[in-house]
Amino acid sequence: MALEKITQVTGKGVTVAGDEIDTDRIIPARFMKCVTFDSMGEYLFYDVRKNEDGSDKVHPLNEERFKDASILLSGANFGCGSSREHAPQAIYRYGFRGIIAESYAEIFFGNCTTLGIPCFIATKEDIAKISAAVEADPSIEITLDVENERILFGEESLPAVVRESAQKALVAGKWDMIGELKEAESDIASVVSKLPYMAK
Amino acid sequence: MGKSLFQKVWDAHTVRTLSNGQTQLLIGTHLLHEVTSPQAFGMLRDLGLKVAYPHRTFATVDHIVPTDSRVEPFADPLADAMINELRKNCAETGVTFFDMSTGKQGIVHVVGPEQGITQPGTTIACGDSHTSTHGAFGAIAFGIGTTQIRDLLATQTMALAPLKVRQIKVNGKLRPGVYAKDVILHIIRKLGVNGGTGFAYEYAGEVFENFSMEERMTVCNMSIEGGARVGYINPDEKTFEYLKGRPYSPKGADWDAAVESWKSFASDDDCEYDDVVEIDAADIAPTVTWGINPAQAITIEESIPSVDSVAASEKAITAEALEYMKLEGGSPIKGTKVDVCFVGSCTNGRLSDFEEVAKYIKGHKVAYGVKAIAVPGSQIVDAICKEKGIDVIYREAGFEWREAGCSMCLAMNPDKLIGDQLSASSSNRNFKGRQGSPTGRTVLMSPVMVAAAAIRGEISDSREVFDICATANA
Repeated sequence: MALEKITQVTGKGVTVAGDEIDTDRIIPARFMKCVTFDSMGEYLFYDVRKNEDGSDKVHPLNEERFKDASILLSGANFGCGSSREHAPQAIYRYGFRGIIAESYAEIFFGNCTTLGIPCFIATKEDIAKISAAVEADPSIEITLDVENERILFGEESLPAVVRESAQKALVAGKWDMIGELKEAESDIASVVSKLPYMAK
Repeated sequence: MGKSLFQKVWDAHTVRTLSNGQTQLLIGTHLLHEVTSPQAFGMLRDLGLKVAYPHRTFATVDHIVPTDSRVEPFADPLADAMINELRKNCAETGVTFFDMSTGKQGIVHVVGPEQGITQPGTTIACGDSHTSTHGAFGAIAFGIGTTQIRDLLATQTMALAPLKVRQIKVNGKLRPGVYAKDVILHIIRKLGVNGGTGFAYEYAGEVFENFSMEERMTVCNMSIEGGARVGYINPDEKTFEYLKGRPYSPKGADWDAAVESWKSFASDDDCEYDDVVEIDAADIAPTVTWGINPAQAITIEESIPSVDSVAASEKAITAEALEYMKLEGGSPIKGTKVDVCFVGSCTNGRLSDFEEVAKYIKGHKVAYGVKAIAVPGSQIVDAICKEKGIDVIYREAGFEWREAGCSMCLAMNPDKLIGDQLSASSSNRNFKGRQGSPTGRTVLMSPVMVAAAAIRGEISDSREVFDICATANA
């Protein structure tokens, strides 16, 4: 299965500030009553973006100046909580193509990588610097350089961490693992044969 | 040097190293439910792939099933569509489905152990972060996303990076009125919500050795709330005793061979851990959360932290939590008025949870104006409770006794908080909006503490309400 090689992602940014932003907040559970992911983008951060009557609350994603943003900036332990892939699906379908945060919850990180969303790890100070630049000029372009583990914006170039397994997978266009996993059918059968509980 | 259970199970299930450096790991047991699987079956169909090992794949419905009326079609057409989708997917692919009509339906993490599907030395995955529950049996169990569910359906394997192992020893004996829920809330408070990132937690020491299998499940269940993807306890005689005679447990000569194999997976005495944390059981008291993540917890005797009292790095999240929870920093948590009380969920919806509460609520009444619900984790838990008359004790005390499901833990069914109601909950997450209302407030605690809150109508020390220390000393 040929996939796009994701060596870098460029776009405008928006900051959703805070630590411990959990997947329930990214996509509240009641919007997961569906058999496809198609509608997920509409409900991204729903309870912090919308009042109960559907009107807008004050939230960065509701601001006109950030409406074309495709790089999401946030705090520590982003995506903690539920394993629901609905969360990265909502982020992707809303239009985001990359995330910068201080740290990520493991399952969320894995889910994002599988969808081809690079999750960059940067320091609190560097994230604040990028956020300030975006605040000053929302049209500023941010580039997530996956290959060289750097974040570029304006004249700045900041180091960032892209976990090795994610970096390799994104750059090689092998972030969706199904093809590679399928190749190992005989090796799988051999491991299965050694485990009594796998017998029919 | 010896190996930990994690390393042994990992090695036994390794297929190969992938091009990104991750391990292709065989997952022996794949558990499914209605919320995270339909898209995976859809992707599988789009790719023209089949379910590779249907006999190792098991499904049930838990998140969206109503807990009052089970008459189909359900009032909610979306819930109806999701259950029917899973039914159809299981029927087409040969996956075993514990549907409501089987009498075995329930929360996936209650059903697996109950059926003897959850076994030591195995790998388990499910599209639900609380899959870590199954580690109570010495299995390595992962919560996964939907694309990984597709990978598993198609190949019975997935791509994973190995974890480091942190042994968490809780030594000594717990005081009366202190439960497994208090132990895990204490651990998460101490190590932080992301303290477990990159680690598997191995729970060891006298407290876990003395715990029943159900108590062990409560602890392993919430490993994910501390950022650890996996939590486990080495298998012992108690584990084998629990599994003996269950529908999917090995039988006859296979049983003896299985027990020998299971024992061999336990961590070696001389294995070296990446980290060791020791905790004294006597330091643990009934614990409740006050904030918006499970590490924001205090003992029932403590005051709610104020923004001034916490470290600089905690100030923003403390302020955010106090504002959301409408609580005053510096005030005691005891005495906070509750609106809803919930006993249930994959953390505390097992038989022993209902039995323990029943010991104390006899002769008590739920406070006026409080809505109290008891939701068994499975139809089997429900049936045993009914056989023992436990449901009657709850009903007489003023609780509603419901049908099996996840219910108010995440509110994907009609059980939801309204407005800014405050819930005393035996579930696992106190996130903003978690129990169904965008402004609803959740305080996590043990089932006995939930019962105490229900009876007093406010957050209370169960040891006082039920005179637990006197009972224990008698």
